[in-house]
Amino acid sequence: MSEQASALPETTAQSAMPGPSLAKRRRTPERLRAVALGLGFPIVLVLLWDRAVAITGTRLVPSPRDVAVMMYDFTFGGIYDDAFSATILTHIWKSMTRVYGGFFLAALIGIPLGLMIGRIKFLQQLLDPTINLLRPIPVTAWLPLSMIFFGLGPNAAIFLVFLGAFYPILLNTVFGVRSVDVRLFEAAAMLGCKGSAMFREIVFPASLPAIFNGLRIAHGFAWILIVVGEMTGVPTGLGSVIMDGRTLSRTDLVVTGMIVIGACGFITDRIIVLISNRMLRWSPQHHG
Amino acid sequence: MADSRTPHVVIRGVTKRFQVGDGEVEALARVDLALERGEFACLIGASGCGKSTLLRIIAGFEEPTTGEILVDGKPVTGPGSDRGMVFQDYALFPWMTVKQNIGFGPRQRGLSRPEVDAIATEFVKLVGLAGAANRYPNQLSGGMKQRVAIARVLANNANILLMDEPFGALDALTREQLQHELLQIWARSRVTIVFVTHSVEEAALLADRVLVMGTAPGRIAGDIRIDLPRPRDVSSPEFNAVRRSLALRLAGEISAARTLQPVT
Repeated sequence: MSEQASALPETTAQSAMPGPSLAKRRRTPERLRAVALGLGFPIVLVLLWDRAVAITGTRLVPSPRDVAVMMYDFTFGGIYDDAFSATILTHIWKSMTRVYGGFFLAALIGIPLGLMIGRIKFLQQLLDPTINLLRPIPVTAWLPLSMIFFGLGPNAAIFLVFLGAFYPILLNTVFGVRSVDVRLFEAAAMLGCKGSAMFREIVFPASLPAIFNGLRIAHGFAWILIVVGEMTGVPTGLGSVIMDGRTLSRTDLVVTGMIVIGACGFITDRIIVLISNRMLRWSPQHHG
Repeated sequence: MADSRTPHVVIRGVTKRFQVGDGEVEALARVDLALERGEFACLIGASGCGKSTLLRIIAGFEEPTTGEILVDGKPVTGPGSDRGMVFQDYALFPWMTVKQNIGFGPRQRGLSRPEVDAIATEFVKLVGLAGAANRYPNQLSGGMKQRVAIARVLANNANILLMDEPFGALDALTREQLQHELLQIWARSRVTIVFVTHSVEEAALLADRVLVMGTAPGRIAGDIRIDLPRPRDVSSPEFNAVRRSLALRLAGEISAARTLQPVT
């Protein structure tokens, strides 16, 4: 067919898209506003917290200043010089191994299983009822069993995080596969795509927006579950710091641990959003 | 390759019934048809006459209830790269660029990367999209998307183009331009085209042969040859005469269906 490939003239291609520069320029003041509002609100909350502690005179809740001092000691040491001084990186690292151990395990099993359940009716009929039966069971209810299965230690924590992250990934993947336009399968089939290539070339990329939704929700759950996971008697990790703070009645330590978990979850969530925007450049619903 | 005297596509005794609830709907009564190599055939008829169903059966997306389709003498058992479908809603892969969409078929055939790239580049040029080769479908206009869809099946060596109201969703100017481009591509490649439309004007402009379909059940009620020289002048009296006779024939089918009287 190559001999007849002399080109048609370049046609009215200009009608397609306005250049990105115009849109970007218009967005800059809007961006600043968003940052100011987004930062302003937590600052107001901290001020209210400070006033509330001062006015009520409570000693059960630490003031923002107490927490800031604790945070400094937790990060750099040199103030209290106790078991928690300058240990922040160790705890973050330990927690992250558990959060991401469970999260990646959930993704590794949840995505392929979801792709297959979404496409293969037999698997759906086989597994769907069981999955929906197990799904409403709170992860905390699995705590005793997970300690029996995996003993006291990090594996029980990883298992709990896995449980929490697994269902959102699985269900969103199944949903993603189901919502793929049938025409795309027909188009791929007529172009010679079949068998496992269909999964790799069509089912997976077409479901990617839904899969990323699932990953993002699951990633949030994974950080939420780290405290429960580290109730299983591990000596290090942000969850265990909070548990220790509770036992020692050191609420400044508890709040410090809470803030560090929040910050870790926030930053890693932004990273996931960045990755997803990059991988979903093509999608009209995502634009990074 | 099959003998050039044998018809390219043979539709033999094809019928189609759909299960609807407890009942059955007869979408297609018996259709027998032979299409010559390089022929441009338009299927025209009111909506619900089964013209898209017939096209989907030729494509292999649906099985006929009875009968069979032969392409180059071999029965069709499913979708295949010899028959390329161009959908009204494009069905481009949104996560692939223009060039990747066009290179998809060659890539599935297991060609090497440079070969795929060469073919894709060639067909991107063929449809005049060299400047948009790295855009994603959602950054294209409707006309550009349909060009990609046409290039995608041609790049895959399809020698039968099945087009399901491909220009139906486009504005009038873009439609005219694409009709013109399609005729140019067809003239150069001599692929066989089955083109579904409900526009009499479009059929009169494009086709060698117009198959008028009747409804309830769908069937081929008229087989009209158009011998106007190309390029066709839509303002000429001859073109108007063809268009009028097609329109009358189609109107006859529609009113016949309404009064439920068989046409003779």
